[in-house]
Amino acid sequence: MSRRHFLRAAGGLAAGAALPAAAQSNRILPVQDIAPLIARITGGRPVEKRDVTVELPSLAENGNSVPLRIRVASPMSATDRVTDLHVFAERNPRPFVAAYHFGPVVARAQVDTRIRLAVEQRVLVIAALTGGRFLSGETHVVVTSAACIDEGI
Amino acid sequence: MALARLQVSPSVRAGEAVEVRLLVQHPMETGFRRESDGRAVPMNVVNSLVCRLGAVEVLRAEFGSGVSANPYLSFWIVPPASGELVVEWVDDAGVKGRVAATIAVT
Repeated sequence: MSRRHFLRAAGGLAAGAALPAAAQSNRILPVQDIAPLIARITGGRPVEKRDVTVELPSLAENGNSVPLRIRVASPMSATDRVTDLHVFAERNPRPFVAAYHFGPVVARAQVDTRIRLAVEQRVLVIAALTGGRFLSGETHVVVTSAACIDEGI
Repeated sequence: MALARLQVSPSVRAGEAVEVRLLVQHPMETGFRRESDGRAVPMNVVNSLVCRLGAVEVLRAEFGSGVSANPYLSFWIVPPASGELVVEWVDDAGVKGRVAATIAVT
């Protein structure tokens, strides 16, 4: 390879690297279709988008550990309570984050944890209630330093 | 091998809600990371976790690679009676862990 050819190829690479970070992450981690995952939980029953609060920092400095608090407005009585919570991050390489199943002793429909987020994205929580009802909530998070993809790009 | 902390108020009044805080020491390998020599580190996460109070199952959880290293979890319970709160988990390599705390209901 001549020096001229090498420089031309290197210039092309540099131009590729200069693409906006957002466009790059879009290409590498597209939004994944989590509808089948949700359908497996709900069995096709309707999901109402209310009463589920997904508390995340609007700007996460470090995608490797993002504090997450999920709260559902529920009386948590014996007959009307949240039984399960399912967390999805649709632009993580694996969208399933975690699932929690509450026994009868759990007093509040609330869970605190820390999650990984690959890129800026929507975090979705599906709550299963007694009586086969489902609620959902979501929050958008901006991630400055991503988890999972800290190499190769 | 697996270290963990389970924090809960040692004495609780009957009918009162109490926070249970759990921290498990585990790398939660995603499977996307590579060693410095290029070998891929296999995925190894705590995939399931169960918390029991006596014979009653309090909470069950499944984790994917989207849970941070050294998984932290907090939730609220109303302990019906005194007993030992036990959390047990297993990771993808089959390594099991256990941590316990005693709750006295007064």
